[in-house]
Amino acid sequence: MIKEYKTIQEVSGPLMLIKKVEGVKYDELGEIELPDGSLRRCRVLEIDEDNVLVQLFESSAGINLADSKVRFLGHGVQLGVSKDMLGRVFSGMGEVIDGGPRIIPDKMLDINGTPINPAARNYPSEFIQTGVSTIDGLNTLVRGQKLPIFSGSGLPHANLAAQIARQAKVRGTNTNFAVVFAAIGITFEEADFFISDFKKTGAIDRTVMFINLASDAAIERISTPRMALTAAEYLAFEQNMHVLVILTDITNYAEALREISAARKEVPGRRGYPGYLYTDLATMYERAGRKLDCEGSITMIPILTMPEDDKTHPIPDLTGYITEGQIILSRDLYRKGILPPVDVLPSLSRLKDKGIGEGKTREDHAGTMNQLFSSYSRGKEAKELMVVLGEAALTPLDRLYAKFADEFEKQYVNQGFTENRTIEQTLDLGWSLLKILPRAEMKRIKPAILDKYWPKEN
Amino acid sequence: MVQGKIVKVSGPLVVASGMRNANMYDVVHVGKDQLVGEIIEMRGDRASIQVYEETAGIGYGDEVVSTGEPLSVELGPGLITNMYDGIQRPLQVMYEKYGTNITRGISEPSLSRTDKWKFSPKASVGDKVEPGDILGVVQETELVEQKIMVPNGVYGEVTSISEGEFTVTDVVASIKKEDGTTVEVQLMQKWPVRKARPYKAKVAPHEPLITGQRVIDAMFPIAKGGTACVPGPFGSGKTVVQHQLAKWSDVDIVVYIGCGERGNEMTDVLREFPELKDPKSGYSLMKRTVLIANTSDMPVAAREASIYTGITIAEYFRDMGYSVAVIADSSSRWAEALREMSGRLEEMPGEEGYPAYLTSRLAQFYERAGDVICNGKDGRRGTLSAVGAVSPQGGDISEPVSQATLRIVKVFWGLDSSLAYRRHFPAINWLTSYSLYKDRLSLWFEENVSRDWNSVTGEAMRLLSVENELDEIVKLVGVDALSPNERLTLEAARSIREDFLQQNAFEEGDMYTPLDKQFGLLKLILSFYTKSLDAIKKGADIEKIADLPVRERIGRAKAALDDVYKKEYSEIESQLDEELSDLVKEGGDN
Repeated sequence: MIKEYKTIQEVSGPLMLIKKVEGVKYDELGEIELPDGSLRRCRVLEIDEDNVLVQLFESSAGINLADSKVRFLGHGVQLGVSKDMLGRVFSGMGEVIDGGPRIIPDKMLDINGTPINPAARNYPSEFIQTGVSTIDGLNTLVRGQKLPIFSGSGLPHANLAAQIARQAKVRGTNTNFAVVFAAIGITFEEADFFISDFKKTGAIDRTVMFINLASDAAIERISTPRMALTAAEYLAFEQNMHVLVILTDITNYAEALREISAARKEVPGRRGYPGYLYTDLATMYERAGRKLDCEGSITMIPILTMPEDDKTHPIPDLTGYITEGQIILSRDLYRKGILPPVDVLPSLSRLKDKGIGEGKTREDHAGTMNQLFSSYSRGKEAKELMVVLGEAALTPLDRLYAKFADEFEKQYVNQGFTENRTIEQTLDLGWSLLKILPRAEMKRIKPAILDKYWPKEN
Repeated sequence: MVQGKIVKVSGPLVVASGMRNANMYDVVHVGKDQLVGEIIEMRGDRASIQVYEETAGIGYGDEVVSTGEPLSVELGPGLITNMYDGIQRPLQVMYEKYGTNITRGISEPSLSRTDKWKFSPKASVGDKVEPGDILGVVQETELVEQKIMVPNGVYGEVTSISEGEFTVTDVVASIKKEDGTTVEVQLMQKWPVRKARPYKAKVAPHEPLITGQRVIDAMFPIAKGGTACVPGPFGSGKTVVQHQLAKWSDVDIVVYIGCGERGNEMTDVLREFPELKDPKSGYSLMKRTVLIANTSDMPVAAREASIYTGITIAEYFRDMGYSVAVIADSSSRWAEALREMSGRLEEMPGEEGYPAYLTSRLAQFYERAGDVICNGKDGRRGTLSAVGAVSPQGGDISEPVSQATLRIVKVFWGLDSSLAYRRHFPAINWLTSYSLYKDRLSLWFEENVSRDWNSVTGEAMRLLSVENELDEIVKLVGVDALSPNERLTLEAARSIREDFLQQNAFEEGDMYTPLDKQFGLLKLILSFYTKSLDAIKKGADIEKIADLPVRERIGRAKAALDDVYKKEYSEIESQLDEELSDLVKEGGDN
């Protein structure tokens, strides 16, 4: 029999202290029954003899110390999963909110998951064509990668994420593909943008959505991404689907975590975020990947808005240390009208080297990629110098580099949110831009490749 | 056996009462799943325990049993090529037995109890032995001969020793101690991870650790037995530098510790190393490597232990007289684990929430490196070099972990994100990095590579620092304000940066450069500088020197394969002479 306790001692912020409980376990899920019969949920954060400290998942409004009852359910927070989840919309706590019937679960899974044994991981190496040149050509995404978008308020990260979700495909395959979308504390309008974009393209039937809006309880946000990832793990590793997970916005998640940490009076790390923010984020991000003996994969695109566009803020900083690269959006490019405004130089995909080259994309990919990076970087330096000293102060070569940088932004980076370029188009465009520069400058490209794609003029 | 009851659970920290008779740092089993934990604090009969596994499902009143032993690792044949978690559980075995994810309460012996190893005795009955003396050897892999040593504290006479195939727990020899008792020696021994293994004496490091990485060997070398750190913001290539060191360092054993980093990185090492060949022996690099993987999603307390597990294994091989490199990625995650436990213990925090003992713990770790005379009568030498990555928040090395590390280590390879954006890899900043071993190792380089080694590398460094000063001027007034000689300095420095310091870790011919090729390449670039300087004096035009066709060939010289590079370099040298003398003629005509 499940015991009920009427011994709530304290409610403060998202935390509640209950006295004289028996047999309660760490991380166990609890239910609070309010005097009016409504139910709230909570999770055990700390046990001190027969006192337990719990964290509420919903608001504490209406909890009455004298008459509310608490039960502990003997398990952690779980999500009932099934293939029928595709095409459905759930709340941030995993309840159906699209008005449809309840899901009959195939399985109940703990939302915290378990770490993947590194010996059982399969190294991601399958090229995903997103149709975006700055990603495919320069920061290649592969199946099983976690590649966040670092954005700022007012930048079109949602458009870029939707474009990737719409266009992403592994060439030469036509496999089970699904999208799991978690809205973490974003506005209705932003969530609606994604939903209508998915509807327009028909992707909605292959999408599972978990929606926690800005108006919902902040504390729920702790669970929302974990719910989404649990669903994704089920689809990927038990149903062998290739799942693209979009989490937006991680900044809201981290703030909810900070709220709990502050309520517990923990020693804060930088900017008030708890010292375990890195570990906490890692337990989510690391759930992406591929496993041996398993077809499916989880590719993750977390989106976060950098406060004040500051890359060294703890949230982007710690994310960058865990994820396998980052796509950074630039306000300067956005002002110039270049879309998507991907800031090429600080963006990075760590897994690109295994996903490109002959048999995957094209033999000239690695060389041209490095050449474009270093040429663009030199071009930007030349342009900076030009601002200070005027064009006349540049050497003829640096003038060419400056021109290259301009054309690169106009043609390569700028493609809008609807153009879908194949990798060949992207690579050919790269060559045509490099030809602005003298052939002798192509130090990053192997001579054999250079001779093939840019024959010497005799 | 001490038994207690849990009174408090807070994340990875559990407090149990009734533990008065337990020892500090004893390993305990917690709850019905028998989770592994370690006592880190005692107050009255209450013990604070850090638990190395996820604590969900533990509650008030659950049982805690002490094993009476400190956290130890098993040392013996079977270590090499294995991948362990932070408390030395074999991950490959766990995958085969328990599936792709790590569940709780798994207990597996670190070394296989069924594998048999061929033991060849080197001692005979009647020999007087002392700790560290070699009783016999086991050929563990093609690259590693494991030496079975007399355990610590055992002095006496060998009374029996047998040859043949044994498991790690079989008795291979007996030693009668001076007090009359007999010690049975197995292939395996245990050692507590928090205690450094003993040696006879430490000596100052004197020999370089050759890494095949040009910027490291030529500019900022590390000694065998030395310590180094690689701080850098994310995306600056820390992990690639670490992987390069693990791959190409000329040591006998590599212990690679992935501490709180990405799972895919460990998988990469696990999949890639077996395919790479050791440049000297031609065998797979995995056959000299031990991996410790505590990825960022694994429990945080085991991350704290992983560093000690790794260095203890390294010390064991050092004691056999080998040169060992420990590569830890990243010590910042280890420090964060320390901070998290310290916070849960409600200790008074130091800087940025890190515990006040952060520096001393880091120093203890790095101090376990060194060049030593090992235990044993033969006086063999072993070295243990330690290289730690540091991941400073926001790339700002004024934070406590970087600063504490810099006070201890002798070599600093500072990674720079602006270099990484330009795809200048390895992104080691040549202006801020340093090596305190450079003077001590200069003699070795002069004797073993070339008498000019120090003057050539010194000249290259000089050009790079002059370039830095000239750059300031160019930014203010433009390149036209420079004299032809200064223009040439800029060109030469650019060539050093692009054609020497940049090294592609993924390109054959470039990923590993032997010392004599490094020297040849740098000399070639410098001879472009000196010869051009001469040509300018004789009237050649700097613009034309900058555009010489030979420069493209110099740019490709680093990728010349090891067997042909000498011929290639001398051809480039003569092409350079020809082109410059043409320019001088041209300049003289005008």
